[in-house]
Amino acid sequence: MSAALLQVEGLSKSFPIRRGMFARAGGVVRAVEDVSFTIGRGEILGLVGESGSGKTTVGRAVLRALPPGAGRIVFDGTDIAGLDEAGLRPFRRRMQLVFQDPFSALNPRLTIEQALTEPLLIHHLAPSRAARRERVAALLSMVGLPTAAMQRFPHAFSGGQRQRIGIARALACEPDFIVADEPVSALDVSIQAQVVNLLADLRARLGLTLLFIAHDLAVVEYIADRIAVMYLGHIVEVAESRALCRRPLHPYTAALLSAVPVPDPGAPRRRIVLEGEMPSPANPPSGCPFRTRCRHALPACAEARPALREVEPGRFTACIRDDIVHAGAIEVPA
Amino acid sequence: MTARRDSLLSVQDLRVRFSTDEGVANAVDGVSFDVREGETLAVVGESGSGKSVSSLAVMGLVPRPPGEVVGGRVLFRGRDGEVRDLLRLSRRALRRIRGDEIAMVFQEPMSSLNPVYTLGDQIAETVRLHQGKDRRAALRVAADMLALLGIPDPEARLAAYPHQISGGMAQRVMIAMALACRPRLLIADEPSTALDVTIQAQVLDLIARMKREIGMAVLFITHHLGVVAEIADRVTVMYAGRVVEQAPTAALFAAPRMPYTQGLLRSVPRLSTEGAATQRLEAIPGDTPSPFHQPNGCSFHPRCAHALSGICDAAVPAMEACGDDHVVRCARWRMLAEAAA
Repeated sequence: MSAALLQVEGLSKSFPIRRGMFARAGGVVRAVEDVSFTIGRGEILGLVGESGSGKTTVGRAVLRALPPGAGRIVFDGTDIAGLDEAGLRPFRRRMQLVFQDPFSALNPRLTIEQALTEPLLIHHLAPSRAARRERVAALLSMVGLPTAAMQRFPHAFSGGQRQRIGIARALACEPDFIVADEPVSALDVSIQAQVVNLLADLRARLGLTLLFIAHDLAVVEYIADRIAVMYLGHIVEVAESRALCRRPLHPYTAALLSAVPVPDPGAPRRRIVLEGEMPSPANPPSGCPFRTRCRHALPACAEARPALREVEPGRFTACIRDDIVHAGAIEVPA
Repeated sequence: MTARRDSLLSVQDLRVRFSTDEGVANAVDGVSFDVREGETLAVVGESGSGKSVSSLAVMGLVPRPPGEVVGGRVLFRGRDGEVRDLLRLSRRALRRIRGDEIAMVFQEPMSSLNPVYTLGDQIAETVRLHQGKDRRAALRVAADMLALLGIPDPEARLAAYPHQISGGMAQRVMIAMALACRPRLLIADEPSTALDVTIQAQVLDLIARMKREIGMAVLFITHHLGVVAEIADRVTVMYAGRVVEQAPTAALFAAPRMPYTQGLLRSVPRLSTEGAATQRLEAIPGDTPSPFHQPNGCSFHPRCAHALSGICDAAVPAMEACGDDHVVRCARWRMLAEAAA
């Protein structure tokens, strides 16, 4: 893997909670706290977590689609975290977003041609009408849709086709980097595989770099080179995908993996049942964010937040229990 | 009326039609399946397969208009041992069974709860209605139910309002409400789909445990094959309004006979386990057909790699036995099975 295309350091983002009819500020939700990661050029980093983990906020923050919080977001050598809108303009074209629900992201009154032409006009990418038309046709064929799709409106397409259109629109201005936020979770299983394969093929063909955000670990393992696991605003583990799924080092990753229903009725079930629910990000526990539900928690886990540290080459975990981390002993008693 | 002796619910040749501006859709087109006493039957299918509409029809909850049950029977064996056709019961008689002997849990628990009543009152309402208990006694049943579901501090929960609880807790409250009268059949329509995977695991464990404790049968509607593998005794696969395969769970996963079922199983991403090689996902080409434009013949033939013109596009194949308790709707299953062997 060559040099990092995106390097995020100490990213934090909180949102004020407004209460009552006068919208008084009533504290803050710390959606993302002190998150650091890198994505290499041409790499797919999977970001997984449950609702409230902050994964979507990370995706929006690195695209500068949110008011800035703390931390550095270094994109291709430039820290874009503090740039104003004018400074961001050259980067906007190079970073794109694919949404979960492409239908609500498409204007129902625009034909597919108009929707795909818009980014070309905004970024002055095709000088003539004919050139734009040609580009739109090329984009559609790239995502496996017929040229005839151009004249039609979004409602005429199925969910899978709409997601292809969403991907085509993200590709319109030839970005280097795409954030795909739950791009297949609204699709039927048989269609989901088509879109996942399409994204994998496009990455290989166009050398795209992707932040693939999803809650379905099996999908993420399939498409991503590395996976970062988030819990309550923090990254708790990062590793190469297969290694993370076969031998998780953080107790939360282990619990998450064990909860995934396996489509094999004969498979042994070794489920780590997590008691209760994720604490509110408005009122997080002290120390390790996961300690309130962790079967391995010690009194020391409440004292300081464990740093994400490299415990094996390429493997990072934020857990102080060296004994279980190194023994690979994050297993459930049978 | 006839039904297998061990059948609790027997859906026979059910037909549901929706008439809209876009045209007429045969959302459920001659669907038959049985739920046996004490078993979990999973009905699995993608959007437009008719799985949810079938379950709504069983409960007499198809919105009319635009929907209409145009044929079939839904035989249910009640506590009194009598077999009744739910489609022909009066609204009153059906209401007596619904919520008492047959209960239902839906995908979105929050939209099923009434925001202006406490959780306790909502759970107790069912008990008061069906068992004639007074409010205090009904609230006690509600508290016992929450405790049985492993919800901490049940008394405090009873006084809470829906907006004060999380989605996972709301689904547990819905299950408590559904189980309060100890139904003989629970119909669960994607009950864990909107939930996070760790909460989903809790809800699935809960349904399995309650099934054992109450001895009820479960009709579980889902699109998730992983969930099916975990909870079902038998599986009914639906595609475009019809049942296309039905088998005991182990047999269906080990030797699926319908090309659609085979394709569906190959398109599910699986977590890699020690030693297993990662394979490329095999997507099923094309899209699920629109309910307004069903293909002729086998509705899967336009997406099927094994389809033969003149056969698969000519007539809807009949359901055929292809194994022990295993039926399939495919004109070519025997040839394909022999070729694969």
